Amino acid sequence: MIPAAFEYHRPQDMAGVLAVLEEHGDDARVMAGGHSLIPMMKLRMAEVPHLIDLQDVGGMSDIDVRADSIVIGAMVTQAEIIDHAELADAAPILREAALQIADPQVRYMGTVGGNVANGDPGNDMPGLMQCLNAVFTVVGPDGERDIPAREFYEAAYMTAREDEEVLTAVTIPAPKGGYAYEKQKRKIGDYATAAAAVQIVRDGSNCVSASIAMTNLSDTPVYSENAGAALVGTSVDAAALGAAVAAMLDDIDPTEDNRGPVAFKNHVAGVILRRAIERAWSRA
Amino acid sequence: MKDDISREERVDNLKGMGCSRKRVEDARFTQGKGNYVDDIKLDGMLFGDFVRSPYAHARIKNIDTAAALEVPGVLAVLTAADLEPLGLHWMPTLAGDKQMVLADGKVLFQGQEVAYVVAEDRYATADGIEAVEVEYEELPVIVNPFEALKSDVVLREDLVGEDGSIPDGAHGPRKHPNHIFTWDAGDKGTTEEVIANAEVVASESMYYHRTHPCPLETCGCVASMDKVNGKLTLWGTFQAPHAIRTVVSLISGIEEHNIRVISPDIGGGFGNKVGAYPGYVCSVVASIVTGKPVKWIEDRMDNLMTTAFARDYHMTGKISATKDGKITGLHCHVTADHGGFDACADPTKFPAGFMNICTGSYDIPTAYLEVDGVYTNKAPGGVSYRCSFRVTEAVYFIERMIEVLAIELNMDAAELRRINFIKKEQFPYTAALGWEYDSGDYHTAWDKALKTVDYDGLRAEQAQRVEDFKAGKTRKLMGIGLSFFTEIVGAGPVKNCDILGLGMFDSCEIRIHPTGSAIARLGTISQGQGHATTFAQILASEIGLPADSITIEEGDTDTAPYGLGTYGSRSTPVAGAATAMAGRKIRAKAQMIAAYLLEVHDNDVEFDVDRFVVKGAPEKFKTMKEIAFAAYNQAIPGIEPGLEAVSYYDPPNMTYPFGAYVCVMDIDVDTGVPEIRRFYALDDCGTRINPMIIEGQVHGGLTEALAVALGQEIAYDDMGNVKTGTLMDFFLPTAWEVPNYETDYTVTPSPHHPIGAKGVGESPHVGGVPCFSNAVQDAFRPFGNRHTNMPHDHWRIWRTANELGLHD
Ligand SMILES: Cc1cc2nc3c(=O)[nH]c(=O)nc-3n(C[C@H](O)[C@H](O)[C@H](O)COP(=O)(O)OP(=O)(O)OC[C@H]3O[C@@H](n4cnc5c(N)ncnc54)[C@H](O)[C@@H]3O)c2cc1C
Repeated sequence: MIPAAFEYHRPQDMAGVLAVLEEHGDDARVMAGGHSLIPMMKLRMAEVPHLIDLQDVGGMSDIDVRADSIVIGAMVTQAEIIDHAELADAAPILREAALQIADPQVRYMGTVGGNVANGDPGNDMPGLMQCLNAVFTVVGPDGERDIPAREFYEAAYMTAREDEEVLTAVTIPAPKGGYAYEKQKRKIGDYATAAAAVQIVRDGSNCVSASIAMTNLSDTPVYSENAGAALVGTSVDAAALGAAVAAMLDDIDPTEDNRGPVAFKNHVAGVILRRAIERAWSRA
Repeated sequence: MKDDISREERVDNLKGMGCSRKRVEDARFTQGKGNYVDDIKLDGMLFGDFVRSPYAHARIKNIDTAAALEVPGVLAVLTAADLEPLGLHWMPTLAGDKQMVLADGKVLFQGQEVAYVVAEDRYATADGIEAVEVEYEELPVIVNPFEALKSDVVLREDLVGEDGSIPDGAHGPRKHPNHIFTWDAGDKGTTEEVIANAEVVASESMYYHRTHPCPLETCGCVASMDKVNGKLTLWGTFQAPHAIRTVVSLISGIEEHNIRVISPDIGGGFGNKVGAYPGYVCSVVASIVTGKPVKWIEDRMDNLMTTAFARDYHMTGKISATKDGKITGLHCHVTADHGGFDACADPTKFPAGFMNICTGSYDIPTAYLEVDGVYTNKAPGGVSYRCSFRVTEAVYFIERMIEVLAIELNMDAAELRRINFIKKEQFPYTAALGWEYDSGDYHTAWDKALKTVDYDGLRAEQAQRVEDFKAGKTRKLMGIGLSFFTEIVGAGPVKNCDILGLGMFDSCEIRIHPTGSAIARLGTISQGQGHATTFAQILASEIGLPADSITIEEGDTDTAPYGLGTYGSRSTPVAGAATAMAGRKIRAKAQMIAAYLLEVHDNDVEFDVDRFVVKGAPEKFKTMKEIAFAAYNQAIPGIEPGLEAVSYYDPPNMTYPFGAYVCVMDIDVDTGVPEIRRFYALDDCGTRINPMIIEGQVHGGLTEALAVALGQEIAYDDMGNVKTGTLMDFFLPTAWEVPNYETDYTVTPSPHHPIGAKGVGESPHVGGVPCFSNAVQDAFRPFGNRHTNMPHDHWRIWRTANELGLHD
């Protein structure tokens, strides 16, 4: 478990980061908390001749809760998400989800930016961000651009971010209504067998909007527009729940692994989504 | 002389047996001051590590080391061709087989050692490993032992004659080139007859999956050959340092007095560190070749994939009984998957360990056991993971068979156990498969356990739950797991227990210092069990000096007396006995010195806590401290100066700890997630030396039992790839997954052990695995479940529910 030799860069600003990226192309990679990247390097599944540590860059560690949106810097750690009282009020689903990621040691190091940029289908934040309709801001040699979370993920470890771009911030429209992040895992520190992020707005006994995304059930996170649509206009009764689950099952494509075979994962995905919707609805 | 403290205070001051003395080891461990193998740093030390096979079965066409030797810092690359002239390309295993040190023409399991790269630091070693080019030709892979016994593919060509004949193995005739041995015990004919004519018979097949002890510290060593004085020092994670010294001497030809083996602090063993591994041999050779110390440390994946797995037993049983539940016979067949080499760590005469304890705690008049060992393309090992040799398998087997029989009889499983227990008055009890159980009082323990957990109340609650489930009011089932186990530990009597011809006695040597403190050295080695704490307590009670004044030292073969090491819960039963016996020799001499000092006859003084007193005149006494001083400063006629003793203890029998466990579990049938609501563990380990350490051992053993029952496995795919090579997939429970354990005890001392102690380190694992498993299975019993295999991870529990139609 020893990585191949690499050059370590620690630029003090974004210009320095971009310069190294430009010089070395896909031989260079940025490192945030390192808790996905370093294990891959140690297993020699990722070879990174030029490692660019983002810790000294600055300007990416703030959480800014505004009236109608929330901006989270890429270097904000999962632990900081959990500890931020204002954020917990404004978007409690972030805290609920972050508490189910890995373990405290990992969360002190792992960042929001690293979690969403990594592109591992097992990461919890990508699905969460799709549910919340977040937008990722990236900066590259040609300046800044915004990419919606729902358009960011192409395949496992393949995203819409170019190699020489750095993700700087995640912006979330202030979430409304009830929420739930439900995750089944085998043990602490495990990625999801199945996880569901649900955000629901209710008017009286009627659901007026619902957003649903699933984690680790395809080679990308799965935003299931149809599952959400199945709830809208209903009282989230048994029929609506059944329709939402059916729609979600059409959108996911799990594969067999040590967590279990496909039939099990589909079944659990349905159970987890049902529970998430029920909990979100009860909070709406 | 007058005493200013009471007798009770004098007892307390000793911190002897029965005292929950704090562990003396913990000060250094909790402050990061332990000294593990990887902490050893020597001048000019090099690092060695392996090129490992990515294939489970392949021929090696070529190994090209040229590029590796070009890597800066790389000094040497060893292959089998380099070891062959020394006769070290193969080594003997503990099971009478031999094992390749480095791949000799072929590989037999994924991760097998192919070449050994030696470089100036770990990083250069890793780069050197990447640069070694090995050309493989893949061969058909067999990961299933039943298939192996039918296949034309010969895994071990070295064990087949040129004419295709199959020479006998270390344990007798072999039936097939991939067959290792057949071993049996008991009366086959009678057992088959009893079962054929029985009123009731329950049959079941079960697979006890392959898993791994996974100590926190992986295996490793530092070898240092001093070419000037010809002495080899070998530090390593050895559970049996003396045996390692003998083995190293036998295979290297270095005289044993020129070898010093040191086990420093060890971060858990659980059986993983009993065997001899290629890493040790290659490090020794590399040190001889380079003239420098060489360190080898496994990483986690190496450890999980290559050193010493546990279990992997396919067991088929038949149990017969009368209509009212009296068991009449038991038949067990095991197909044992040993992997590519037979490297099981068992006493020589027991190739399936003590699997023949599989009649359990029950009075079963006839029984028969037959075990077939088989080669497959999996890693070698077969160690006793936190149990005495294969006892976990045996207890799992019988505790499942009892449950299946209860289903067959439509009887309560607790009651079925009760009516079949060996009765207190039957001890010493000779079981149908040969063992003589030294002592036990099973009914008392069982009744206490069932009463404490309110067993009847639990069953009533469970019945209600089933109704609620059927009525659609809940999706959670409730399982009540029971297990009653008898362990067989403390191997063992030299007449039937040896490893590589070394009798399984153990030893203790004591030196009392003039000022009344002492050092005792033993042939065992702690890996976390707290020997430095408990052995001092045994001695404190035996020789009347405070435990705090007694240093316990183990693990250095130059200083410690010869012993067979620590595994199989043998330290207390064997070395603990040696300690007590050596203490009694000290006391015998102390008695003579006391008598001389008190000017009375030897028989006129008696031992009292921390002193000898003149019988009938307790005000006349000499403390052990005074006696110790006298031993060194007085010329006593007829008595040699000094106060030292050595004892080598050959136990007359094994010891038989037992226990009664109950687990209450809720199971979510939709997700397959189990939740442990309660776990009650009653252990009877005979005399209790340190209750706090016992409790710690029980917690640890139960946690490893939970792991094995609920998810921990070494799984292979059809190509022989290990699917669980990291801690992401290999289940190691954390505080989060572990319930609160309730511990309890009864005390039935061993009649043949000098202090009546039986050993406890492994009981909770042995009893815990079936208890957790039975809880899962019991939850589904009302819906028709008979048996499902472990590990009961989420998807397999879900599958059980699914197959029983609970998702419809
Ligand atoms: C034991 C363990 C358990 C875990 N369990 C979970 C879990 O349950 N759920 C979960 O979601 N995660 C889990 N993780 C992963 C953890 O949350 C990681 O920290 C996270 O995935 C990545 O964040 P990081 O800051 O560590 O990123 P890094 O490891 O530093 O980087 C990850 C990848 O993202 C890229 N990257 C990082 N930052 C940027 C940026 N600003 N711009 C562009 N690219 C960037 C890197 O180049 C790299 O390719 C676990 C990790 C461990 C070690």
